[in-house]
Amino acid sequence: MGVITLRVNGVELAVPAGSSVLTATRQAGAQVPVLCHLDGLNPIAACRLCLVEIEGSQKLQPACSTEASEGMVVKTDSDQLQHLRRMAVELLFSEGNHVCAFCVASGACELQNVAVAVGMDHSRFPYQYPHRPVDASHHLFSIDHNRCILCSRCVRVCDEIEGAHVWDVANRGGESRIVAGLNQPWGEVESCTSCGKCVDVCPTGAIFHKEDTTAEKHPHAERAQRLRQAREQHQWHHP
Amino acid sequence: MLNSISPSLQRPRLRCCDASSCRSAGSGALLKALETARSNAGEAAEPLDIEPVGCLRLCSQGPLVALDRPEGSSLFGGLSAPLAGALVDAGSGTDNNSSLNDHAIDLEQPFFALQHSVVLEGCGQVNPESIDSAIAHGSYEQLRHCLQELSAADVREQIRRSGLRGRGGAGYPTGLKWDTVALQPPGPRFVVCNADEGDPGAFMDRSVMEGDPHRLLEGLAIAAYAVGADRGFIYVRAEYPLAIERLRLALRQARQRNILGNNIFGSQFDLRIDIRVGAGAYVCGEETALMQSIQGRRGSPRPRPPFPAQKGLWGAPTLINNVETLAAVPAILREGGDWYGAIGTDSSRGTKVFALSGAVVNTGLVEVPMGTSLRTVVETMGGGVPNGAGVKAVQTGGPSGGCIPAALLDTPVDYESLRALGSMMGSGGMIVIAESMAMPELARHFMRFNVNESCGKCLPCRAGTVQLEQLLTKFVAGNAQASDLEQLEQLCQMVQTTSLCGLGQAAPNPVLSTLKYFRQEYKTGCEPATAGPQPWA
Repeated sequence: MGVITLRVNGVELAVPAGSSVLTATRQAGAQVPVLCHLDGLNPIAACRLCLVEIEGSQKLQPACSTEASEGMVVKTDSDQLQHLRRMAVELLFSEGNHVCAFCVASGACELQNVAVAVGMDHSRFPYQYPHRPVDASHHLFSIDHNRCILCSRCVRVCDEIEGAHVWDVANRGGESRIVAGLNQPWGEVESCTSCGKCVDVCPTGAIFHKEDTTAEKHPHAERAQRLRQAREQHQWHHP
Repeated sequence: MLNSISPSLQRPRLRCCDASSCRSAGSGALLKALETARSNAGEAAEPLDIEPVGCLRLCSQGPLVALDRPEGSSLFGGLSAPLAGALVDAGSGTDNNSSLNDHAIDLEQPFFALQHSVVLEGCGQVNPESIDSAIAHGSYEQLRHCLQELSAADVREQIRRSGLRGRGGAGYPTGLKWDTVALQPPGPRFVVCNADEGDPGAFMDRSVMEGDPHRLLEGLAIAAYAVGADRGFIYVRAEYPLAIERLRLALRQARQRNILGNNIFGSQFDLRIDIRVGAGAYVCGEETALMQSIQGRRGSPRPRPPFPAQKGLWGAPTLINNVETLAAVPAILREGGDWYGAIGTDSSRGTKVFALSGAVVNTGLVEVPMGTSLRTVVETMGGGVPNGAGVKAVQTGGPSGGCIPAALLDTPVDYESLRALGSMMGSGGMIVIAESMAMPELARHFMRFNVNESCGKCLPCRAGTVQLEQLLTKFVAGNAQASDLEQLEQLCQMVQTTSLCGLGQAAPNPVLSTLKYFRQEYKTGCEPATAGPQPWA
């Protein structure tokens, strides 16, 4: 496998050819926020938090889905990027109903962490307070759409790793919603194996174990990557 | 084979517009009445052909009927079934025409005289439901020429020389795109015609499909040959039932004649074309979403690269061109790339079809050389705003475009000039805005469209457009704060720079361009300064 060299925030580094810009930024020690991206799942570049500046490119590029190339010069932080990321997080908070105080994921929530990282203490956009349902029909898990940020990690982990494809996105625009099966109550979807991978990878408190209450969710987002490595590289024991 | 069918144009002929707009004005009943009137006239009368045809351009005067006589052609509008007898008499030359006088339309007026038909040369001439009619007008002649006499590289050479650029809106050089697909490593390839014309006020592609579907099939087949594809799709929006019906019929006819299928015209070239009908999502006009939809998936855009030319349908190199682009191809090959390249301006060559609508006297379809000024199109050809009121602005490019103020009407219509003004060519919708229209309201209208049509995948477009629409509502209602103006501009900039696909990136354009030229109207939408909230940032 070839190696390419590039520069991230002034740091010269070498990564295996085929690596994403995100991998390179991490190697350079840069903290690029991500929400829809998860190692082990195919990137979709939807949350736009990982946009970075690449020299020679007029547009900002998503680090998760852009392949690193030889001689690339990447900047992960600038006034512009900080300004845009903060606004993006504000939009996320204002479009859903995110109330950390009684959320199952508080303290272990990626959305919360990103808000802290970009310095978002309140949203300057009016909260939309959308009317969204909670589906507690599954015997082990629940999905609270109020906390969903439509990252589609659940859709991808179920499709790409579990192979059950329970989840999909229905409707469009601000009306988009994660649906189980053919838009059925989750508990009635026979293809669901109750494996819990969607719970593990959900970045917020949207999908959770029923037994968990406020601040008790302990997600395992790393499992997606471990399973993928196990299958593709036959690494059965995690170091 | 094709030459053996000779056109029967020597006989007098009535061409009755049978496209969507005239149909909605009653041309279906008129066509039936014409046929009845002809049979009533009996054998003694002079033979007269009556044919349904595609768009005759001046939609606002529909239903339209054109009359071809040896002494020349004439056009009548605002017709209805009771006038069928008079039309048939006029066709047979046995009429004193009196009842038609009020319906005669002057073909010498600028609306017609300044048109330069290339893409639309067969539209309104051929019977769109008859392959014989299309062949009599030269359809498939260039496909045969390509297959029998030109290499794929020769064909691409002509397209490169023509300077043709994508008519879907972005203006990417067509020849370069064809080369990019053709030069990919060996393997299967696809061609796709993007017929998901969704901009409000745009009906250029619909008119081509309804009026001259074989021209599109020929263009698509030539493209397939030029890039080495043996499989093609036409992705049409479901809202175009007549276009779908006529394309399906045209496909069946072409297959029956072995103009599509295997060993076309005795060559080694095979091509299968299928139609895919959209399910009502505007975003499926975006090429990566369109390909998802063709593959039976949810129509969501994905990041580019890889571009469809590298990795498209089922991972294979895929050429995607819009209807108007492909419909220009047969004429380019017939007359030569240099001929086409001599029309228009240096950077934008050829002709462009515009759908003229809004506050304008002559609503309809115009095809003009690139570089024609907006004033020529809107005022000279379009006749300006009804009742002599002034033009305030011209909106081009639909919900992705912008408003060009009346003061800049002398701008030539080409890709670069429109972009420099903060608008875009777009697919060709041109909506004339009268002085009475408030610009924040217009901007909100387009923003609502984007709110409804956002696919919801990427955050800035999904949530940003919702906030933008709400902000604009404050300006429309006149209760915005000065800080709202600042927030509006910053959010526009954020949605523009961070959205995933072209729909989101262009969604703020109607706001930004009206802010640029009509900022005062936004300021008027603010409440008088009070000790209200702090500035936004």
